[in-house]
Amino acid sequence: MNPSHAKLAEAFNEDEKRTDWHDQTLWFVRQKRDKAAQILPEWEQLRQWASDIKDHTLSNLDVYLAEFERKAMANGIQVHWALDAADHNAIIHKIICDQGLTRIVKSKSMLTEECHLNDYLQQSGIEVIDTDLGERIVQLRKEPPSHIVLPAIHLKKQDVSETFREHLGTEAGNYDPQYLTQAARIHLREKFIQSELAITGVNFAVAETGGIVVCTNEGNADMGVHSARIHIGCMGIEKIIPKAEHLGVFTRLLARSATGQPITTYTSHFHRPRPGQEMHIIIVDNGRSRQLGREDFRNSLKCIRCAACFNTCPVYRRSGGHSYHTAVAGPIGSILNPNLDMKANADLPFASTLCGSCTNVCPVKINIHEQLWKWRQVIAEEGLVAPSKKYNMKMMAFVLARPSLYRLAGSAGRWMMRNLPFLVKVKVLNPWYKQREMPEAPKESFRDWYKKNKGV
Amino acid sequence: MIGREKILSVVAKNKPAAISLPDLDFKSIDQPVDMLETFAKYVQAVGGEVVTIDHEHVLQERITNDRSTGKYIINRIPVGGQPDEVPEDPAVLESVYRAYIKGSFGVAENGAIWVMESAMGNRILPFICEQLVLVLYKSELVYNMNEAYATIQIDKEGYGVFIAGPSKTADIEQSLVIGAHGPKALSVLIIMSI
Amino acid sequence: MANSGFASLSGGCDKNFIANFSGIDYIVAPSGSCVLHIKEHLNDSRSPAEAEFIRTHIYELTEFLTDVLKLEKLSARFPYKVGLHSSCHGQRGLHLSSMSELVAPAFSKPAALLNMVSGLQLCLPERPDECCGFGGTFCVFEEAVSVKMGVDRIKEHESNHVDVITGGDVSCLMHLEGIMKRKGSKTRVMHIAEILNSEQ
Repeated sequence: MNPSHAKLAEAFNEDEKRTDWHDQTLWFVRQKRDKAAQILPEWEQLRQWASDIKDHTLSNLDVYLAEFERKAMANGIQVHWALDAADHNAIIHKIICDQGLTRIVKSKSMLTEECHLNDYLQQSGIEVIDTDLGERIVQLRKEPPSHIVLPAIHLKKQDVSETFREHLGTEAGNYDPQYLTQAARIHLREKFIQSELAITGVNFAVAETGGIVVCTNEGNADMGVHSARIHIGCMGIEKIIPKAEHLGVFTRLLARSATGQPITTYTSHFHRPRPGQEMHIIIVDNGRSRQLGREDFRNSLKCIRCAACFNTCPVYRRSGGHSYHTAVAGPIGSILNPNLDMKANADLPFASTLCGSCTNVCPVKINIHEQLWKWRQVIAEEGLVAPSKKYNMKMMAFVLARPSLYRLAGSAGRWMMRNLPFLVKVKVLNPWYKQREMPEAPKESFRDWYKKNKGV
Repeated sequence: MIGREKILSVVAKNKPAAISLPDLDFKSIDQPVDMLETFAKYVQAVGGEVVTIDHEHVLQERITNDRSTGKYIINRIPVGGQPDEVPEDPAVLESVYRAYIKGSFGVAENGAIWVMESAMGNRILPFICEQLVLVLYKSELVYNMNEAYATIQIDKEGYGVFIAGPSKTADIEQSLVIGAHGPKALSVLIIMSI
Repeated sequence: MANSGFASLSGGCDKNFIANFSGIDYIVAPSGSCVLHIKEHLNDSRSPAEAEFIRTHIYELTEFLTDVLKLEKLSARFPYKVGLHSSCHGQRGLHLSSMSELVAPAFSKPAALLNMVSGLQLCLPERPDECCGFGGTFCVFEEAVSVKMGVDRIKEHESNHVDVITGGDVSCLMHLEGIMKRKGSKTRVMHIAEILNSEQ
């Protein structure tokens, strides 16, 4: 059982300077997003269109999935269907083994993180090289990414330098990002050219044409795929969009929301394998069809994985992706993950003040903060809230429903705060008091004041 | 296929009641006054450079000059003869210094250029070269991605890509580094005659 | 309680609220979070019509002063530098002011009212609408992050050298004040009602 977000966040906050740095770095990305959005007077209209297109798609998803498969197969692509993570991993493993390969390259795919593909393949003796720079860095460090778009955002350049010194033989103490990136370029070039099998994620799958779209800045997805004999694209069922014209809406929103760029450097459209190449697409469920059936939570499936919600979340910025102990962290993770494993992720919907900023930045208008609230009700119903909390809530409900009892509790509380403060001011028992003073106890309740002063 | 049947049947069962597609009125979006100026601004913003040339001759001269340096140059543009054949082997293409490829059109709002497989010759060429030069005629500009997708048929060829600037990354402490795994530089040559 | 997952237990409270406030034309509360909760979640199967009436006739204070009373001037005086804290439920839930995330015209009901107070110098923090970290039971169950969020809010206000931090929600103010008192800060915390009512 993972430690809870609260415990991990507490440990994260022990280094206040580093927390400030992490918070400011991500806030800066949020600000870049704001600037990019403000340039387009039609920004809010684009969000509405994107949301509506996705709502429509989910209401017709089976039809679009079937259409996509048909078109893709007609174009010479092999289409596989995976029920869950284990299925997904096994399918990929088989394709690799059938080719007699022992090494593959992979560009960014949060789905493969979700399925723990790397671990699975590594255990089967297959070397996986993550080619996205941020992913490569965390791979060398044997840690998970902390952000779905900026995997190494939690690391300082000194950390990267040290990792590269150890694994790539770069100069000790050289922290220059240019130097380090160039070292990674050289190191990975060779792997690209030799690669025989490349795995990519899928940003959008177009039902109308049976093709997939992959968005990157580094060029690593294309470098891998265009050298390889085999291309495998992994997608969740929710990545489908109906028509090519819809890409016009999504490509205007994605990069602006993610990093504040008007568009990613490369927006690659794959429809047919190059002559002599094999192309596979794996369509993965892994709990998504179950989420589709949850009326309150189904539109979390509209997500296009831009991470704007991460960058704006004041809690994420001050706790870091690893505090969420899942592949997809942040606010969107907190409404997706309880569907995958409610018990393991029961803490996540509570890692929020419900401020609502996430909902406002979401390019597809997912009502994230409302779903966080609704998950809390479900989790409490399932009995997954700590018994002490549940008991306290029941006590509170009992008192608040009975006016005379409420008045008694109020005056007793005020008396105690004034006369026996030491009972309340105990850091171990009273978490409020750890870093905050208690509020001053008023001399009388509002009710008593009002009764006295009503005539005035 | 068991997985397929199961997934499709659960999706059919769980999907919500039909919601119709929105009416996408792209004409409601304003256009910039000067398309070329906006395009150039965004190419620069994404790390590329824009060079305007009067006529195709100038392009020919540039390519000739480049070749005379002895560096490995590939020209895919049918200017002054046949475009170069592109070797298949990435190991050979690794040493391409500069590649000239004809773009289909540019997108003013973000500096992106649509490049088709037939223009590249080899899909890896625009990624593996050290410096990329994309060539457009002045009239080949649209305002935004909505217009762009209305202009192209994305499955006309097996592969196509919007390229906006040289490759880049900010994965190391958010410091922008130009030249990640793809080209380290992008020049956009705009032929002003058409 | 509802925000902690226990909306199902609030039946008794709902019944009381309806009993106390039925038949009243305007219910005004100096708390955005309370008003938002009532507007969104007040219900009682035995008196659904009363519940609906209350939901549509309850207002947060600045909302009432701006939208119902349509105040354009105030005879209040408060000659101090004041930092405005934008409480999340009020802002994003009740739309008391525009939100920095959206591409939309800027406005603020609380700021407009404060600007009517003579002598008052209004300062907004650099991050105009970041959450203070109170969040209900979040303030104790995620104490570390909660306090850090509050500390950061205060730092921004204090870098503006304000005399007073104000806002529309007692919970936010209590949380910020608790942190400031622990640090020995001299900056005061006051609810916006106190300032709008001030004749200093």
